[in-house]
Amino acid sequence: MSKAKASIRTPRAQVRGLGSAKHGVGHFIGQRGSAIALIFLVPWLLIGLRTRSAAATAAMMWIEVPLNGLAIFLALGAATYHMRLGMQVVIEDYISRPITRMILLILNTFFCVLLFAVAGYSVVVIAA
Amino acid sequence: MAQIGTGEQRPLSPHLQVWRWHVTMLGSILHRATGFANYVGVALIVLWLFAAAMGPGRYAQYEQIAAHPITQIILFGFTFSIVYHLLNGVRHLFLDAGAGYKPAFASMTAWIVLGLSLIGAAAIWLLAGLVPGVAIGGGA
Repeated sequence: MSKAKASIRTPRAQVRGLGSAKHGVGHFIGQRGSAIALIFLVPWLLIGLRTRSAAATAAMMWIEVPLNGLAIFLALGAATYHMRLGMQVVIEDYISRPITRMILLILNTFFCVLLFAVAGYSVVVIAA
Repeated sequence: MAQIGTGEQRPLSPHLQVWRWHVTMLGSILHRATGFANYVGVALIVLWLFAAAMGPGRYAQYEQIAAHPITQIILFGFTFSIVYHLLNGVRHLFLDAGAGYKPAFASMTAWIVLGLSLIGAAAIWLLAGLVPGVAIGGGA
């Protein structure tokens, strides 16, 4: 009991195990790490997409260059990771109902992983 | 979660309407809003990539939808969103490191990021030849 009184958390919160899940630092570092990667990858993509043309061939020829295909793969990998973390924070900020929150967090992960998979699949198909 | 169970009266933070609007506040709100927009925009980029992988027919379909004036407005908004989130993200990395918190300086950098993003988005569209009737240095 004396241990419970030393904490600023209510006894009930302590029993329910609410509070830090000890994932905060990892989330913070992951968000910043992917941000730094995107500082380099996004301009590359923007310059590359400049070659985007009404004809499919020009876009595909740009993606077929190994370095560009890799850059797209890396950029969308970093982007989907970064946006999964970002959307997680938005959901946790605004959605307080536990079941709704949990469903949205899972959908968020599914959606970002799906986007990454489609992106990787497409780059491989175009390069092959 | 303070309301649940304990019955304690916990202090609430001041609500939105008691704040005077200022540019660092706008910058912060825009950062989250553009992050949200980029979430949708990345899905569009992946769709574009997938359309290219599915062959010229699908790609032509995608291009047709993308060429519609309403889509063009959305895509320009997405361009601004990307540039803003990128530049303000760099600003945030400095803030995370504890630099740039003096009010006047923080306001100035927020204004600069906002201005550069508008200029940057316009420049990207001009250079990529996406503005109808304007052709600078090739593009589509």
